[in-house]
Amino acid sequence: MAPTSFRLVVRREEDYVIPIDWIHALLGGGLIGLAASLMMWGAGRIAGISGIFGGLLSPSAGDIAWRVAFVGGLLASGLAATLAFPAAIASPEGRSVVEVGIAGLLVGFGVRLGSGCTSGHGVCGLSRFSRRSLVATLMFIATGVLTVTVLRVLGAP
Amino acid sequence: MKLLLTSGLAGLVFGAGLLLSGMTDANKVIGFLDMGGAWDPSLAFVMAGAIGVHMVLYRLILRRPSPLFASHFGIPTRTLIDHRLVMGAALFGVGWGLGGYCPGPGIVSATSGTAAPLVFMGTLVVGMWLFKVVDRTLRSREPSARSDDRRRSSARPVA
Repeated sequence: MAPTSFRLVVRREEDYVIPIDWIHALLGGGLIGLAASLMMWGAGRIAGISGIFGGLLSPSAGDIAWRVAFVGGLLASGLAATLAFPAAIASPEGRSVVEVGIAGLLVGFGVRLGSGCTSGHGVCGLSRFSRRSLVATLMFIATGVLTVTVLRVLGAP
Repeated sequence: MKLLLTSGLAGLVFGAGLLLSGMTDANKVIGFLDMGGAWDPSLAFVMAGAIGVHMVLYRLILRRPSPLFASHFGIPTRTLIDHRLVMGAALFGVGWGLGGYCPGPGIVSATSGTAAPLVFMGTLVVGMWLFKVVDRTLRSREPSARSDDRRRSSARPVA
């Protein structure tokens, strides 16, 4: 009788009914939704990261400090994680530096042309039922899936 | 000052959400996009969590006449689904699948000092700058303002 009760105490990851990753994802997503709400509540701004960051490249007077503060907050969270939970940040395996460099070019150009990224369209836009954001989100998920699939078929992990 | 503290705190909480949810693990992002392979669905829960919270709070917030520390709510007014939106999103998606980074996780991950996110952020800035140049060239070639620009400028409050 007694030994079996230990299995209830010592739980391994595979014992969870719902994978722990999914729970972290849901809670992390909740924090992202909270941050976007805080931005709208306090500053009246959409928490679209490509727009906030991109605005720093064509700075106009009086429109810089809040962008720097937001990006500074992002960087602070990254630094804290680098020190306390380094495993949370991981580079893509099987992608060369050249591929990652081309990825940056495409993302930088694409998010400006399409007026938003995963945060601006995917989170904020979908939350307010924007049709433009729905089209953009479906599009970038579709081409993202296509790209990963093509690379896998060609032999990348 | 309060505006800056709000923005900074929002950035910090946003970053914490990206880190906790797994978005700063580029392999997890690629795993999510690998729908025809060994699909990792967990990142779908990031969107569900974020939209679930923001959808409700956004509506409550907009009942206020104005935000706490700014004069008015800046909500996008464009509704036109044009080539720019579709092409831009398509290009972004290709880059997202190729590198496993979108802008937010790119910024947060760059603090680790590893090569991949630093290279990504470097070329992302180049890509944004390249768009600025191309956009300026294209606009100077067509002197008549595009319809959605007219709409956007007319939506601006008259100073």
